[in-house]
Amino acid sequence: MERNLMKGNEALAEAAIRAGCKCFFGYPITPQTEVAAYLAKYMPKNDGVFIQAESEIAAINMVLGAASAGVRAMTSSSSPGISLKSEGVSYIAGSDLPCVIINVQRGGPGLGGIQPSQSDYWQATKALGHGDYQLLVYAPCSVQEMVDKVTLAFDMADKFRMPAMILADGLLGQMMEPVTFPERKTEFEPKPWAANGHGNKRKHNIINSLYLVPEELENSIRNRYERYEIIKANHTEAESYLCDDADFVVTAYGASARVAKSAVNRARAMGIKAGLFRPITLWPFPVNEINEACKNAKALLDVEMSMGQMIEDVKLAINCSKPVHFFGRTGGVIPSPDEVLGELKKLSEANK
Amino acid sequence: MAVIFDRPKSLADVPTHYCPGCTHGIIHRLIAEVIDEMGIEGDTIGICPVGCAVMAYDYFNCDMIEAAHGRAPATATGVKRSLPDKFVFTYQGDGDCAAIGTAETVHAATRGENIVVIFVNNAIYGMTGGQMAPTSLPGQVTQTTPYGRDVSVAGNPIKMVEMLSVLDGVALAQRVAVNTVPHIREAKKAIRKAFENQKAKRGFSIIEVLSSCPTNWGVSPTEALEKIDEVMIPFYPLGAYKDVTAEGAN
Repeated sequence: MERNLMKGNEALAEAAIRAGCKCFFGYPITPQTEVAAYLAKYMPKNDGVFIQAESEIAAINMVLGAASAGVRAMTSSSSPGISLKSEGVSYIAGSDLPCVIINVQRGGPGLGGIQPSQSDYWQATKALGHGDYQLLVYAPCSVQEMVDKVTLAFDMADKFRMPAMILADGLLGQMMEPVTFPERKTEFEPKPWAANGHGNKRKHNIINSLYLVPEELENSIRNRYERYEIIKANHTEAESYLCDDADFVVTAYGASARVAKSAVNRARAMGIKAGLFRPITLWPFPVNEINEACKNAKALLDVEMSMGQMIEDVKLAINCSKPVHFFGRTGGVIPSPDEVLGELKKLSEANK
Repeated sequence: MAVIFDRPKSLADVPTHYCPGCTHGIIHRLIAEVIDEMGIEGDTIGICPVGCAVMAYDYFNCDMIEAAHGRAPATATGVKRSLPDKFVFTYQGDGDCAAIGTAETVHAATRGENIVVIFVNNAIYGMTGGQMAPTSLPGQVTQTTPYGRDVSVAGNPIKMVEMLSVLDGVALAQRVAVNTVPHIREAKKAIRKAFENQKAKRGFSIIEVLSSCPTNWGVSPTEALEKIDEVMIPFYPLGAYKDVTAEGAN
């Protein structure tokens, strides 16, 4: 298999083309601009559409249009831009449309900074736009996983008719690693619901999120939540690393999981039984997997590049059955393996 | 007996929610007549606004999409770029097209998106109960300009087709009205030209239609139609401000 040395942002863009993404609409923002630059170069060569929209808002509503027309569509941004897209994402979810949204996170709130961050976990998993809905949220931690999860995100979005997000960060977007790509997808499931011209062969299709009768709106939401239950039961993903005999399980996703893994390895070398639990799907959160991973643990240490957002899901998932400690750096500061190791040492001392 | 007047095939046979005397029905009919005459119902995708026409997706028999407020030109862009051989039109009110969605309208126009925008200007926010629109006239009393629109406070009305006519991507920017039979006949011709432009891939066509809102203007339907002649047209003169077709080239 051919291996390519690529930046995370460029690799995920290439993966989108291979997944059959027909349309990309975006607006430049650091640190995800390479996604747009790559697609501007290669979409036209692959019969695809690239438009630099006038705003993030326009871009996501172009995605809504392309998704309504039945083609695979994607947009990409970084934290402040994702906030602007939130209205459109809510409409896409409410209209049961599939699409892929990339968030290469940077520090916030407000204009924040341009260094890597994980402070949009709540936004991605709880509150990207108004209303009762969820996004599929994937958190890759390597360039290869960026590729794999973009591919999966398109398939899952189509299958469940809902938006999917890749929640990356500036570190994953900017770093280079070797990757292999899947073959280009050319066969797609039909979308009989699409607004693509009825050709006088069927009744007209309506893509819509408006229901003025409350019971009808409630029914549409309940139908959506039935699909969510199927996803929760069958499509969670996580990595458990050295967790079986671990006294202390570190929970971390994305870039901070890479740091945490180094710390776990060094702790093991010092005789501290540490492990790493890394959710790959942030929604749905891998509840069964985390309970299995920490069944022998004395305590958990949640590590994030934020003030602590995923930690709430960790506590909920284990029903607060064990102490969950926290270590985080935020504002674009990346925690070091030394710092995480220091926290593990403290835990080990306290539990002797 | 020969039928000489019937419902256009692409207009659904359902009651609408529009107020008595509102001219949305006429505008819907004109669009449907053009779609029928061109035989393109099966190849057309319409985009609805947020505003009084929010439920127009139930009134046209072609495929329809409900956009977010003001975003119809962006949504139409997504559809048209995905399906370049289909016909795509948006149907938008003044708040949708000229306030919250101004950026989407202007940029779809300047990109020369090959779509049709039907812009219904009745100088008021109808659905929310009669607030000031970006096109409300100076001195016009609305719920949010209870002393009349004072342009030194609320700013000036926006003249969309004049503004858009300077953009290179625009093929047709024309203002029409639907308050009299001759005006309705002109409006129909303009809408037909807009769809023909799309067929010929000439670029962005916008038809601004001066429309009435008897309910929120607080007058009878007949008086509302007269007001279009008396106060709307003097402020918003009818005509093609840009027309790239041979007969309209300047």
